[in-house]
Amino acid sequence: MLIELKNVCYTYGAGTVYEVSALDGIDLQIHEGEFIGVIGQTGSGKSTLIQLFNGLMKPTTGQVFFAGKDIWADGYDLRSLRTHVGLVFQYPENQLFESDVLKDVMFGPKNQGLTPGECEERAKEALRQSGIAEEFYSVSPFELSGGQKRRAAIAGVLAMDPEVLILDEPTAGLDPAGRDELLNLIKHLRDKRGITVILVSHSMEDVAQYATRLLVVHEGKIAFDSSPKQVFSHYRELEKMGLAAPQITYIMHDLRERGLRVDVTATTVSEAKRSILMALSEHRSLSTD
Amino acid sequence: MPSIIKAVKLGFDYVKYSEESETPEHVSAIRGIDLSVKRGDFIAILGHNGSGKSTLAKHINALLVPTSGTMWIDGIDTSKVEELWKVRQKAGMVFQNPDNQIIGTVVDEDVGFGPENLGVATEDIWSRVDDALSKVGMLGFRDRSPNKLSGGQKQRVAIAGVVAMHPDCIVLDEPTAMLDPNGRREVLEVIRDLNEKEGVTVLLITHYMEEVVFADHVYVMDQGELVMEGTPREIFSQVETLKKYKLTVPQVTELAYELKAAGVKLPDGVLTRQELVDALMPAADSGKVEA
Repeated sequence: MLIELKNVCYTYGAGTVYEVSALDGIDLQIHEGEFIGVIGQTGSGKSTLIQLFNGLMKPTTGQVFFAGKDIWADGYDLRSLRTHVGLVFQYPENQLFESDVLKDVMFGPKNQGLTPGECEERAKEALRQSGIAEEFYSVSPFELSGGQKRRAAIAGVLAMDPEVLILDEPTAGLDPAGRDELLNLIKHLRDKRGITVILVSHSMEDVAQYATRLLVVHEGKIAFDSSPKQVFSHYRELEKMGLAAPQITYIMHDLRERGLRVDVTATTVSEAKRSILMALSEHRSLSTD
Repeated sequence: MPSIIKAVKLGFDYVKYSEESETPEHVSAIRGIDLSVKRGDFIAILGHNGSGKSTLAKHINALLVPTSGTMWIDGIDTSKVEELWKVRQKAGMVFQNPDNQIIGTVVDEDVGFGPENLGVATEDIWSRVDDALSKVGMLGFRDRSPNKLSGGQKQRVAIAGVVAMHPDCIVLDEPTAMLDPNGRREVLEVIRDLNEKEGVTVLLITHYMEEVVFADHVYVMDQGELVMEGTPREIFSQVETLKKYKLTVPQVTELAYELKAAGVKLPDGVLTRQELVDALMPAADSGKVEA
């Protein structure tokens, strides 16, 4: 097990009149190689949760373990934890700062105390994986397009060679092509490098397509923790939590209601296509009998 | 009736200075834009990142003025400095990040900021604020602090701030990009209401294809030019062309397109759940269900 939360509570402004409980009694285990989607409405506690994973926030009560060790125990090296668990914030391109792309990506490994040669090697590898062509290495990061900037910023985290990559709404504001490119990159990193991915998203369609496991955070608790298919079958409850199911799920339910025997757990276009084609041919053979 | 927004051969160039070269570089962000928007229309603009959508939008309330061609808002040339406030009153703008647009410490004060700047009399300001907040469904939050609101609520307050200036048209630049599904729904409902009930001309820029299904007219931008225009159905029938411009179609349209390619008899450019379900179900079955 990679990350474990045991009965974690987090309260903002504890002991003051502004006390607000953000997370309440969270028990959670994250295993190596998972692609976890995290959904929840604004203010549900998602962002607090992901900041507990790399020790940016300290639980008010409860424990957080990384690779079996309590990260808040005396003498634990939190600095190195943050290189194992990389966190990409919302709009990470706002954190680009160096004079050229390569230097910017080298900043992380430099802070890890690697030699300049090692830093450069790491940075180049990360940029390659992020799909940034070599001609951009010497360009100012501010000259890149929106999608490229975001990939460069993610490369900056990858260069630290993390085992876990947490991304907070990485596709917000990207055009459809940029969105697909970025999500495919993340999937590729998980498949090829075995990185564990935790993806916070407001797009039900995206988590349906990419995540192997879906966490629904609601009012500081984990309301659902299951496969996307399982979770989206509770679409009526999700709606009450300010969420929804992918558009496809609604279509499948509509069709089923109208008497077409489709698989209502389909959540992606390709699954829906397969199921509808099958149901249509069954339907036809039934009506011609 | 004259167009509320009209552009003829609109272009915007900017000059880029770099450390390496002595001579500054001229970059054209948009060029040759001809646009004519009818009062009361709901217009959507699609385009990939960097295609020039926001640059075009900023011309509508004179945040930018053209370097070539002309832009008129309700007949006023936006490049006339003396008309600037008139243009800004007629065309309001809402941006992506609600936190960057809210300045008041209390919701109603924030909404009152716009009319106050227009020199509206105090008692009229308050009636405008009441009216604007009720139109976006936020009247019950008038005494709250904006930073205690959800993203969708903040964005509705930002819209109310524009509504209170009694604009003829509202330009929204990716207003839902940062919102959760509920917030997106709330904001879209408000935008559609303002358009349908109040007759406000709406120009919506978005990357969510599902949001433009209800538009009267859709424009697609690529490399600073308008490259496609038509009704949502006309635009979304052209799945391959949209992909070329790094765009896509709503999931339901994509599914219909895929099914059609696999031999199912379906019309082009299916836009809604209901349309797809109706087209897929043989007429006999739908009769049975309704019986």
